[in-house]
Amino acid sequence: MKRINKHTYIGTGLSLLFILLMNSCREDIVIDTPVSTQVDSTQTKTDYSGFYLLNEGNMGSNKSTLDYYNYSTGIYTKNIYASVNPTVTKELGDVGNDLQIYGSKLYAVINCSNKVEVMDAKTAKRIGQIDIPNCRYIRFSGGYAYITSYAGPVEINPNYTQKGYVAKVDTATLQIVNTCIVGYQPDELEIIGGKIYVANSGGYMGASTTSGYERTVSVIDLNTFTEEKRIDVDYNLHRIRADKRGDLWVTSRGDYKTLPSRLYFLDRAKQQVTDTVKIPVSEFCIVGDSLYAYSVSWSYITYTNEISYAIVNTKTHKVVSNNFITDGTDKQIEIPYGIMVNPNTKDIYVADAGDYVSPGLLYCFDKNGKKKWSVQTGDIPAHFALLPKKE
Amino acid sequence: MFLHRAFYTTILFSFSVFCFAQNKLDSTLMLKEVLVVATHYREVIPSQKLSGETLKSLNSFSVADAIRYFSGVQIKDYGGIGGLKTVDMRSMGTNHMGIFYDGIQLGNAQNGQIDLGKFSLDNIEEISLYNGQKSEIFQSAKDFSASGTVYLRSRKPRFTDTQQDHLKTSLKGGSFDLLNPSVLWEHKISNKLSTSFNAEYIYSSGRYKFRYKRVLQDGKTAYDTTAIRQNGDIHALRAEAGIYGIIDKGFWNTKLYFYDSERGIPGAIVNNVWKRSQRQWDRNIFLQSSWQKSITKNYDLMVNVKYANDFMRYLNPDTTLLHIDNSFWQQEVYASVANKYSILKNWDIDLSGDFQWNTLNSDMAGFIRPTRLTTLIAAASAISWTHFKIQGSLLATLVNERVDRGNTTATDTVSSAPNKRELSPAVFLSYKPFINIPLSFRAFYKHIFRMPTFNDLYYTDIGNISLKPEYTHQYNLGFYYSKEYKGWIKSWQAQADAYYNQVTDKIVAVPKGNGMYRWMMMNLGTVEIKGIDVSTSSLIALSKNLFANVKLSYTYQKAQDFTKRKSEELQKITYGGQIPYIPWHNGSAIIGLMYKDWRLNYSFIYVGERYHNSANIPENYEQPWYTHDMSVAKTFSYKKWNGKISLEINNLLSQDYEVVLNYPMPKRNYKLAVSFEI
Repeated sequence: MKRINKHTYIGTGLSLLFILLMNSCREDIVIDTPVSTQVDSTQTKTDYSGFYLLNEGNMGSNKSTLDYYNYSTGIYTKNIYASVNPTVTKELGDVGNDLQIYGSKLYAVINCSNKVEVMDAKTAKRIGQIDIPNCRYIRFSGGYAYITSYAGPVEINPNYTQKGYVAKVDTATLQIVNTCIVGYQPDELEIIGGKIYVANSGGYMGASTTSGYERTVSVIDLNTFTEEKRIDVDYNLHRIRADKRGDLWVTSRGDYKTLPSRLYFLDRAKQQVTDTVKIPVSEFCIVGDSLYAYSVSWSYITYTNEISYAIVNTKTHKVVSNNFITDGTDKQIEIPYGIMVNPNTKDIYVADAGDYVSPGLLYCFDKNGKKKWSVQTGDIPAHFALLPKKE
Repeated sequence: MFLHRAFYTTILFSFSVFCFAQNKLDSTLMLKEVLVVATHYREVIPSQKLSGETLKSLNSFSVADAIRYFSGVQIKDYGGIGGLKTVDMRSMGTNHMGIFYDGIQLGNAQNGQIDLGKFSLDNIEEISLYNGQKSEIFQSAKDFSASGTVYLRSRKPRFTDTQQDHLKTSLKGGSFDLLNPSVLWEHKISNKLSTSFNAEYIYSSGRYKFRYKRVLQDGKTAYDTTAIRQNGDIHALRAEAGIYGIIDKGFWNTKLYFYDSERGIPGAIVNNVWKRSQRQWDRNIFLQSSWQKSITKNYDLMVNVKYANDFMRYLNPDTTLLHIDNSFWQQEVYASVANKYSILKNWDIDLSGDFQWNTLNSDMAGFIRPTRLTTLIAAASAISWTHFKIQGSLLATLVNERVDRGNTTATDTVSSAPNKRELSPAVFLSYKPFINIPLSFRAFYKHIFRMPTFNDLYYTDIGNISLKPEYTHQYNLGFYYSKEYKGWIKSWQAQADAYYNQVTDKIVAVPKGNGMYRWMMMNLGTVEIKGIDVSTSSLIALSKNLFANVKLSYTYQKAQDFTKRKSEELQKITYGGQIPYIPWHNGSAIIGLMYKDWRLNYSFIYVGERYHNSANIPENYEQPWYTHDMSVAKTFSYKKWNGKISLEINNLLSQDYEVVLNYPMPKRNYKLAVSFEI
């Protein structure tokens, strides 16, 4: 009997252990709180109050988040959307793909949530949303937002194909007023001189054969909102931005096999590509006559990502710097995934997406390419929007 | 919160009170089919087992649901009856588990994952789980080839003395519009030959309510949304036919397995997306045979053969996304011979040789068609000497890879992964210091690997043919105590193990080039796991007719990501962090009460706090979750028929939880089951 009692005690002990375990109980889940970090002790003199950084978040994670850097305080605040808009079910959404400010509003294109989130530019308070499936990039003109989408009409003839479109949205009502069909899987767009230039990628079409990719820029007339022509550039286009002379810089992603990524100069007067800069470009930012670019491309020889940072002069089309990071910090960056240059200070901001599934980093370099500070961001930091002081 | 704590405490206390109140009870009725950690005379280290009535009364629908009650096991459950459920043993990753169905491994060379949600418990009689490997030597080389193994044993024909045919039919129904009829027919041809046929159909709409609620710092509701899970429907048919024969000093059996299903893939719930439309079709067929015989007094021979043919189709009809309609065909041929020779009464040696051929084909663009030939040779020896039992094994694995161009274009480079040769040792030891005390200590070391899957090596774009295998090193130390009593406690078992595991060259997806969704598989990860598994079970006679059967298990795991990174600053965020979805604490409790032909079962699962990423920051924090399940069953007889009716309530307190981020689990749900047999 004595022995049995001992066992009973052990049994009771184990039961108690379970009760103890139960103390680690599930509680109501509190909305994520922002994390603020003082990254710069000095105030930055600039025409901007600060900038927003949109973190994409890995697909299916619903972890697209918004960070804000305040130039006057030097404080970087991570993950502000949820606390500013706590009533929005499932927060900002899945895979942020573009971020822009137009007038008093901040627009975040959330690709896998099939929407453009519209917020107040000063507070990030939600105003509403524009539902556009598989939306990619957004630009503005004359009170309208123009948004590219992959999800145009499906054709089966005999293979399944689906062109993309540009949606025209009234920024006052947030209603779609018109759409214009363009090429397959349109990515970035630029609006200049009464025309919309759309970089078609054909990303869904070229996976097996390179010739399946699109290789044109669609030109849409703003007044008629119809595609009036295509300009041939290269396979699998991605970025398109105008420089200060109004000419366009276009990037191609390459085919991820033998065809490399490239930077093209599209002469707007001639309406054709007149120059190629033989460097791969993943993303760039133009300030003045400088085009700051970085590139990440996979090498099947070294089985590593080959990363480069360069500055191209938009006037001479020459590569003037082969590495704008001058203090060796580039060796620490795993995957550059976003770039922004402050037009006043020429400070260079580079986002490091790391391993895509855990937090990234934002680096700030001065105009000479020396690291000023770095700070932890959300998952996959990618897209910047500078907030002007006077609006 | 208070409610469930009160409830749980009450259950435990009432149980404890029973324990103290009853002190002298006697019964000739011993319930043999108890959940026990059974010993096998050949095994150096016994397994964890679930079998018989305990398994049946667990409210578990699939094998995955039942495996949750073992210590050291984590389940990834994407929710619902059709949702993917995979097992991870001691945090080494699901690809390191070997799942055996009636003695032969279930393969998936394509992605290495066995969806245990696909295996219903309808005809499963026993599930056993072994860390390291089953420590008996008379087995196929494949049995030596995983970091941990789960054996599923299906029902074998059983007849009463006069019986020629045994028939059983059952019907289950309940929440999620579940409808699950099944039929079993066992026929005795002669005393040495019998057949079995078993089939079941599963339908569920997969529709269930789930809820997302967030609060503000002050506790006020921020949002509170309840919705219905969509596109989680499943239609599945499983049919099995078997022949079982007894020969002189041996036996054989042959089994044909057929599974056909169509299901919706409910997908992640993200902002603005509450419904998905992806579909999946599966068809699995295999034919397997086992033959075993004692050729001489000292020599035993076992032969296993298998052919498997698997089809899978994935369709993404969502017009807002990339249209995908891909089919995959896999084939496997497997043959194994195991020889055991007893040199002395207490010294056995084994030599096993397996041969396996796998191939994968697809209509996917850019698909490379791989073929893999695997030869496994295992040599093992087991010695028992006074208080010691020791077993050592050495496994040689030779892998030959071939590819053909498949659907690639002329410009694509196509080459196969280099051939691989590996030697993997394992040592198991047990020591029973006292003759009169049923206590034994045990230890094992095992070094093994998992091959990169076909997807890891060849999948369009992400595959990397230069991948090495992913290695595990396991060190384990523990004890086992088991005793039967004449008093009111009929039996009591306890076991505990402390372990240290290392996973090196872990295959992880790393970002590749520019742009999202572009990955490359690389041998980059390192994980170290320190853990403790404890489990205990007991059978208690509370009165002459009232029996209680209790099982408790607990696992502590510190599973850290020691992956080196290029960025020191980023490494600081993830280095040493608890790996995704592995809780520090988890445990389970099962309490079964049997009174005459009534049976009441309560089961509880607790999964403690964890993170969904190695960056252990508040944004990645996941709260603990725990579910209470209850069932009541009654058996009855009508003329020659025996019947059983049971009612199950799962997630009794209707907790809203997720096992995997953005995959909500069902709230409280019910099941009613009726079965008849003759």
